[in-house]
Amino acid sequence: MAETGQQHPISIYFWIWGLLFVFSAASYMVDYAGFQGYLRWSLIIIFMMLKAGFIVAIFMHMRWERVALITAIMLPPGALLVLVCLMAWESDYTWETRIVYLGAEIAPEPLPPPSHH
Amino acid sequence: MAEATSTQRLQLVEDWAADVAVFRGVPWGKAMMWIFLLSDTFIFSCFLTSYMTVRMTSAEAWPNPSEVFALEAFGVPVPLLLIAIMTFILISSSGTMAMAVNMGYRRKRVGAALLMVVTALFGASFVGMQAFEWYKLIVEEGVRPWGNPMGAAQFGSCFFMITGFHGLHVSAGVVYLLIVAYRVWRGRYEEKGYDIVEITGLYWHFVDLVWVFIFAFFYLW
Repeated sequence: MAETGQQHPISIYFWIWGLLFVFSAASYMVDYAGFQGYLRWSLIIIFMMLKAGFIVAIFMHMRWERVALITAIMLPPGALLVLVCLMAWESDYTWETRIVYLGAEIAPEPLPPPSHH
Repeated sequence: MAEATSTQRLQLVEDWAADVAVFRGVPWGKAMMWIFLLSDTFIFSCFLTSYMTVRMTSAEAWPNPSEVFALEAFGVPVPLLLIAIMTFILISSSGTMAMAVNMGYRRKRVGAALLMVVTALFGASFVGMQAFEWYKLIVEEGVRPWGNPMGAAQFGSCFFMITGFHGLHVSAGVVYLLIVAYRVWRGRYEEKGYDIVEITGLYWHFVDLVWVFIFAFFYLW
């Protein structure tokens, strides 16, 4: 039987492998450098999407598949964005309710690191 | 460029409208693996979305993962040290898996089988480190699904559910890889072709893919 599978030059895998290392190191540095707030969150998301994109497109060969398969697999997860937005919206409301009615206090700062000694 | 896009659009319509199998030229096993992975995407997304909800609604401070998962190296605490090592191990295993797929299609079955075994070994070491991480968190830090000394009580349940479910996927993947590697090595697919290595690879890369999101949202956020 003829091969129906995906065959590509091996060098492209080495390139992506290297890139994934670089992006992982970069996202780790975001934490190591102690960036906070929107800078931290956007950097984390950017590196995450880059890594996920390269894994799906190259390692999982999605960019070489037929459009019919790409759309069937890549479109449905869009529904998850709706779920995330709905839950985020609802979460703010729940949090405020807890502060107002349950007498919960707003946490001032993250607690100190656990002691190992 | 615009021409290529319109051809692709035409191809999409034709594929879906042709009254024959939609995914032309795609082996059945591969199409089914993709659909399974799609369903798994929804499961993991539900876990991560509930984690988001629980973390956003908690009036108590969320424990700082950067400090909770710090390890001491040469006397200084390094944030997320073990997690970083685990991340690089999983990426490397994805690399060796991609090589195995390539070897399979080039009909170098011993090479493909060996690379799959290397991939499985990376995976097993990942699970081993995760077991160490769980041990440290449960025994030394006193984290439980219902509470912990560092902050919001929901931290433990989110952590154990998300990393536990992912670890289960890695463990199953190790077994899956070893079985297919053995069969490849024995020459079972010489006639049928080596699509099976690519299909196994899809599952393995997916496990790596999920870790990318867990690493970003649970450990770094």
